Amino acid sequence: MSWISLHDWFARTWVGAPLQYSFMRSGFAAVVMVGITCAVLGCFVVLRRMAFIGDAIAHTALPGVVIAYLEGYNLFFGALAAGLLTALGIGWLSGREELREDTAIGVLFTGMFALGVLIISRARSFRDFSAMLFGDVLGVTRADLILMATILAIVLSVLALFFKELELTSVDPGYSAVIGLRADWLRNILLVLLALAVVTAIQAVGVILTSALLITPAAAASLMTGNLFRMMVVSALLAILSGIVGLYASFNYGVASGAAIVLTGTTLFAIAFGSRSIMNLKYRSFRAM
Amino acid sequence: MKSPRFPYARHHHGTPGRQTPALDCQNVSVRYPRADRPAVQNVTLKVETGSRIALIGANGAGKSTLLKAAAGLLPVCGGDIHVHGSPVGGCCHRVAFLAQRGELDWRFPMTVRKLVLTGRYVHLGWFSRASNDDHRIVDETLERLQIADLASRRIGELSGGQQQRTLLARAIAQEADMLLLDEPLNAVDAKTRSVVRAVLRSLSAAGKTIVVATHDTHDIEVEFDRVVHLSGGQCDGARRRLDEAREEAQEQQTRLERIP
Repeated sequence: MSWISLHDWFARTWVGAPLQYSFMRSGFAAVVMVGITCAVLGCFVVLRRMAFIGDAIAHTALPGVVIAYLEGYNLFFGALAAGLLTALGIGWLSGREELREDTAIGVLFTGMFALGVLIISRARSFRDFSAMLFGDVLGVTRADLILMATILAIVLSVLALFFKELELTSVDPGYSAVIGLRADWLRNILLVLLALAVVTAIQAVGVILTSALLITPAAAASLMTGNLFRMMVVSALLAILSGIVGLYASFNYGVASGAAIVLTGTTLFAIAFGSRSIMNLKYRSFRAM
Repeated sequence: MKSPRFPYARHHHGTPGRQTPALDCQNVSVRYPRADRPAVQNVTLKVETGSRIALIGANGAGKSTLLKAAAGLLPVCGGDIHVHGSPVGGCCHRVAFLAQRGELDWRFPMTVRKLVLTGRYVHLGWFSRASNDDHRIVDETLERLQIADLASRRIGELSGGQQQRTLLARAIAQEADMLLLDEPLNAVDAKTRSVVRAVLRSLSAAGKTIVVATHDTHDIEVEFDRVVHLSGGQCDGARRRLDEAREEAQEQQTRLERIP
């Protein structure tokens, strides 16, 4: 079999066929980068019980994206501005100590999301904005890919620089205050990173499903290891796997890509949860690695 | 001990004289955020360097609150606290605080050894990694509290007593000059009790200042130099205590002078 015919054969398999299209190749690159960004940050989101705030930042990006789209600005900056505004707004509202944080989040994010929907309904039909609500990973441009790579690099380097402090303020904020380490600064760093990650995730799976990319791989990883660094690695691997499998499913069965990616992640979580439960039954005092 | 290149907090390094008390509270009042009345009111307390003090009193008497204020966890709403001659937070590497066990997320994926290692962070500061010396100190401390065999265990798998020894190990690994311990013997097993007692005795022999908040009055006269009663957020018989403190300070001074 010559080299050319081997290539032709590969192009006809279900593995090779999608790779013949440049939009699929960009799609794979996008889900891998976005997957790693969100999965790694997601470990902190899960361990610090910030799931709700992650979801809120994603939802409140909607009015930002919509306004940027209508006014002809870059969608990225619209989403980022809205995300940062939410993160700071929540901090300000709950910092006044008249409201609990989750209450502040609940009020702010539903309000912002409704504002986005309102602007959409006045502007045009809902159809133009379905990409924002449900993602359009197959429509990513070269500029989007560069942006995703940049954000991935920023998130990984900031996490590497502040790893031990982020870990300590997550496990024991009281002790970090005693040694003069400001837990609120680290929380703000985390919120800014979260806003950046959410902006890229919106492109991949849309506003509504973004928090799945943050939470599902990290939650599955938390069942598999007892070490934060290893948890981040496992979480990233699971995110890559669900991104790739999800895109293949989307290509071969013609289903929505964002939903396929998220459901693959959910399945991986279910497997992790199931095997953990069986192990717990088998060895009463099962110890994580 | 080397100081960190990028410390977490600015240190105000006064050079405290020998006479500077380790902990000096003047008319201190502390109020929890959103509370109507202060949990600690007008407490004056002087703890000499190297002494062992027990703060006793019923639940809600303000023992924990006073320790938290001294550790910089709660703001003071009246009066002044000086630690080794600096305002609170000014020399946090010299003060170790043992909080009650419930104030930590025990489900976090972390090993016992790593948690004890976090006691070294105040000497590392931003961007620095733990050195071999730091790891050696952690290993020694784990041995000392007899939890070396638990080093690679997840913190979530520990019993109450083991948790307490782990937290005390972290406080000791910090190599602070003063230890503020909040209920170190609360609901722990007999082994932990004896290990903790022995460790505190040897720390005290090494010249560390130890302040313990406790409602366990068993053995209290033998273990401590002085007992301070708190009730309803106030020092019992503050006036009498103040005089006693002065006398004691003088006594301490003469004792120090007698040491060659």
